Amino acid sequence: MTDDGNGAGERDEPMVRAENVTLSLGGRRVLDGVSFELTRGESLAILGASGSGKTTLLRLVLALAEPDEGEIWVAGYPLSRCSFEDILKLRRDIGMVFQGSALFDSMSVLENVAFPLREYTDLPDPEIRERVHETLRIVDLDPDQVEHQLPAELSGGMQKRVAIARAIAPRPDMLLFDEPTGGLDPITTRTINELIVKLREELGVSAIVVTHDIRSALHTADRVALLHEGRLVFVGTPAEMKESKDDYVQEFLGEALFT
Amino acid sequence: MSKQPHQRGRPREDGWILASLKSAAVRTDEYFTLLWRSLRATFSRPFYVDDLFQQMDTVGVASLWIVILTGLFTGMVLALQSAVEMERFGATIYIGRLVGATTVRELGPVLTALMVTGRAGSGMAAQLGSMEVTEQVDALETMGVNPIRRLVVPRLLAGVIMMPILTVITDLVSIVGGLLIAVVKLDLSATLYLRSVWATLQQTGFIFRYIPIDFVQGLVKPVAFGGIMALTACYYGLRTRGGTEGVGRSATKAVVTSSVLILATDYFLTQVLITLLVE
Repeated sequence: MTDDGNGAGERDEPMVRAENVTLSLGGRRVLDGVSFELTRGESLAILGASGSGKTTLLRLVLALAEPDEGEIWVAGYPLSRCSFEDILKLRRDIGMVFQGSALFDSMSVLENVAFPLREYTDLPDPEIRERVHETLRIVDLDPDQVEHQLPAELSGGMQKRVAIARAIAPRPDMLLFDEPTGGLDPITTRTINELIVKLREELGVSAIVVTHDIRSALHTADRVALLHEGRLVFVGTPAEMKESKDDYVQEFLGEALFT
Repeated sequence: MSKQPHQRGRPREDGWILASLKSAAVRTDEYFTLLWRSLRATFSRPFYVDDLFQQMDTVGVASLWIVILTGLFTGMVLALQSAVEMERFGATIYIGRLVGATTVRELGPVLTALMVTGRAGSGMAAQLGSMEVTEQVDALETMGVNPIRRLVVPRLLAGVIMMPILTVITDLVSIVGGLLIAVVKLDLSATLYLRSVWATLQQTGFIFRYIPIDFVQGLVKPVAFGGIMALTACYYGLRTRGGTEGVGRSATKAVVTSSVLILATDYFLTQVLITLLVE
């Protein structure tokens, strides 16, 4: 990793720092001067209506897209000044759980969860299998039952668990969740939320949870940020959010809690 | 004031043409950037050998029957059609020449490339397209894997390696197809037919003393066609947007564009090869 003397990679640096991030896609301003910080071990929920730029923000943190203006630091490294190789290395410390799970459909559950381990480590096969089994147990799946199944043979909730297992298998410093409960029934939603809380307690990772589900956000996060039309209109604890006088915050809370 | 509508109209027209040209230029640039990145990734570590073998199986082994059938019926129909004309002049002994020359130089490489594009190219574009729309390509990237290295390079190499092999099979089967018609329908002797095939192959000369130039022509082309088929499929696959409908569009675009590029490249490559090898 190149060190440009910008305080890169220090342990006391925030996990993520975004400053004045602006991005337009197809002539529409998706993010407009967004700034936030995620300290190590903290969990931040980014709330917002559909199309408010939440997923785009995660893509920027992963350097899958570049902002038009502003800068994002991950573990102290400014992404705009990182080489492609540096970014690949940075991503290894980040586990991402995609909205649609994004499991490799030609691979079994075992191969999916083993994928990052095979990419990042030289562990022999038996150890990788052992690690996969251990990880599947963390996400409350029975390894002997699911390891040879293909993603298409699993239910939505189980696919989500496998996706979480794949993200945590290399024991990353930070987890990113894109709508972890989107498209799931209320009971599965609750168990996935409980799993996120459990993971944070057991693994001590930082987490950004992007969601439009206010209950998920209040349940899983230390702090909540609310995106509206590309701008962060609120950042604070769940308790502060409930007491906020901001019209949009109240509207969002009301709509979300009473529908 | 009276000129205003005219003035208003023109920039719009110019704008439309300029926008089309600009978008074509951008796409060409993206296509060659993908080629350049793939070539760079081909010659540097890590190599995904298992994926390469899997793709060689998908492109090559799985296309075997389709190219055998294509070769067989092409050879048979060439012999049959030429027999009608040649019988009038009592020249049926030259049927081997006609089948050999047209197959090895042109029809073998081009038909194989078009058939494999329809079969494997569309599959590649659809597979990469569905990986793109279900965020599997993003997932690869987030796990520190370069998608070009992991997805494009094995497919490109598989195309470049398997297309010449499939072409040789098409050529051979096609000559056998012609042989069947020559022997069964036209009562020619098999030896005479095969001698006639060989005679036409050595007519344009040899390189390295033993390798007929026709044969070299017929092997250089499929390397290029295999590359075009795979690269075009990967290009459209990886830029798929718009869900399952987008996947279908990408597969169609990949086949249409590859086919046109293959036919156009065939012309220019033939010109170059004739200039280099024959003249």
